[in-house]
Amino acid sequence: MPSPMALWRAFLARPNDDRIKTFGIAVLVALVSAVVVSVTSVTLQPLQEAHLEAERQARIEAMLDTLPGMRALMEEAGVDALETRIVSLSDGRFAPEIDPASYDMRAAAELPETSIALPPEADVAGLKRRANFAPVYLLQRDGDLMLVVLPVHGTGYQSTIRAMLALEPDLNTVAALTVTEQGETPGLGARIEEPDWQALWPGKEIADQTGRIEIRVVRGEASGPHQVDGISGATRTGNGITNMLQFWLGEYGYAPFLDRLEREGL
Amino acid sequence: MSLRHHITRPLIEQNPITLQILGICSALAVTTSLTTALTMSVALTLVLCGSAAVISLIRHHIPGSIRLIVQITIIASMVIVIDEFLQAYAFQISQRLSIFVGLIVTNCLVLGRAEAFAMRNPVLPSVLDGLGNGLGYSLILLIVGAIRELLGAGTLMGRTILTTQAEGGWFQPLDLMQLAPSAFFIIALLIWVIRTVWTRQVETTEYPLRTGAERRQP
Repeated sequence: MPSPMALWRAFLARPNDDRIKTFGIAVLVALVSAVVVSVTSVTLQPLQEAHLEAERQARIEAMLDTLPGMRALMEEAGVDALETRIVSLSDGRFAPEIDPASYDMRAAAELPETSIALPPEADVAGLKRRANFAPVYLLQRDGDLMLVVLPVHGTGYQSTIRAMLALEPDLNTVAALTVTEQGETPGLGARIEEPDWQALWPGKEIADQTGRIEIRVVRGEASGPHQVDGISGATRTGNGITNMLQFWLGEYGYAPFLDRLEREGL
Repeated sequence: MSLRHHITRPLIEQNPITLQILGICSALAVTTSLTTALTMSVALTLVLCGSAAVISLIRHHIPGSIRLIVQITIIASMVIVIDEFLQAYAFQISQRLSIFVGLIVTNCLVLGRAEAFAMRNPVLPSVLDGLGNGLGYSLILLIVGAIRELLGAGTLMGRTILTTQAEGGWFQPLDLMQLAPSAFFIIALLIWVIRTVWTRQVETTEYPLRTGAERRQP
């Protein structure tokens, strides 16, 4: 039985156009590359996630700053941050048994035991699965709701768009929309991150009198309280945002929660 | 050729961007500011040196039939590793570079040097060749980045150099400089200057235009 070293030398000594050597080199290069990439990715993941989390927090803070009078309101209410609550999306009730600090909606959406598969006809935002619970951010004063912020996400043109939708106490008026994560085409769809575009959202209304979700991004100029100007050259990114809001304000999204808030209050 | 030449030749004489016209895509995309241009330059130089070292090291055992696949696998892995490091340690800049770090893989410059040089030369000259080409690419990127940021926003590395009118100064930023075509203009002007000084780089016309009496009648 030859030693492994001798086998290795015999392998290297084979001619370069030999089939076994070609195959062996291909496997080895792929294997080593895969190990290097995986090790780096796994080692650096906690750092990267910390950055993403800090970024998300900063965007919520920035969103609060864009809302007129929100800081003053918060000072009056004696809080310096929004309160995070976990909501069960199926019945719209709070789920106090889940710790908001450790709940990861993104991870939960991938596991079968903490999420549901969406029926294709309801899955307008292209999500495939939806977590059973979602964090919402609330601002209240003396038991009255002042602001509710809902995290939403959906498929855009070439990436998953994640955003925060802030609603006024009437639960039908948009207070702000902030895109927290996207990878759309730089210069076109990626402009949904620009404050100028996000400034179009405050004051828009979600549903019409009959309760149909009407809010949408339109091509060209918006008309009426439900429409928002699209970005030229980024129609599919705009459609992605429309679908995302349609989904998350619908029955598989936050509709049960919003209905319950309207009926019962906090 | 001495080792020093591997580094100095690609700077101007054999510059990958202005002579070989390689890597133009990223040169347009990431040069809106000096910071992104600098980060991209460092990332590309690292990939060039690293891939040159690895490919040169195993060059005797790379089967000819799959050599491009092996090269691109090695290059792609290094690009992913560098992208991961940027996302972990330079998050803001990696957000601004977005997909363009990943696109180093498709940069003809990297595969070109691997195939043309590292496959045929020992490790040290290959690494130096990678370094030289990386620096040549960086030089052009930094010049273009500096011009675009200075004229387009009045800043350099984010620091105000020319106070814009919006901030009460005199400088009116050129919006064109923030758009990709301006990089074409600047690179073209650089090529013009370089070929005026180093006349050896001027290419002979393959198909001269026929004018006047020579012109063929339709």
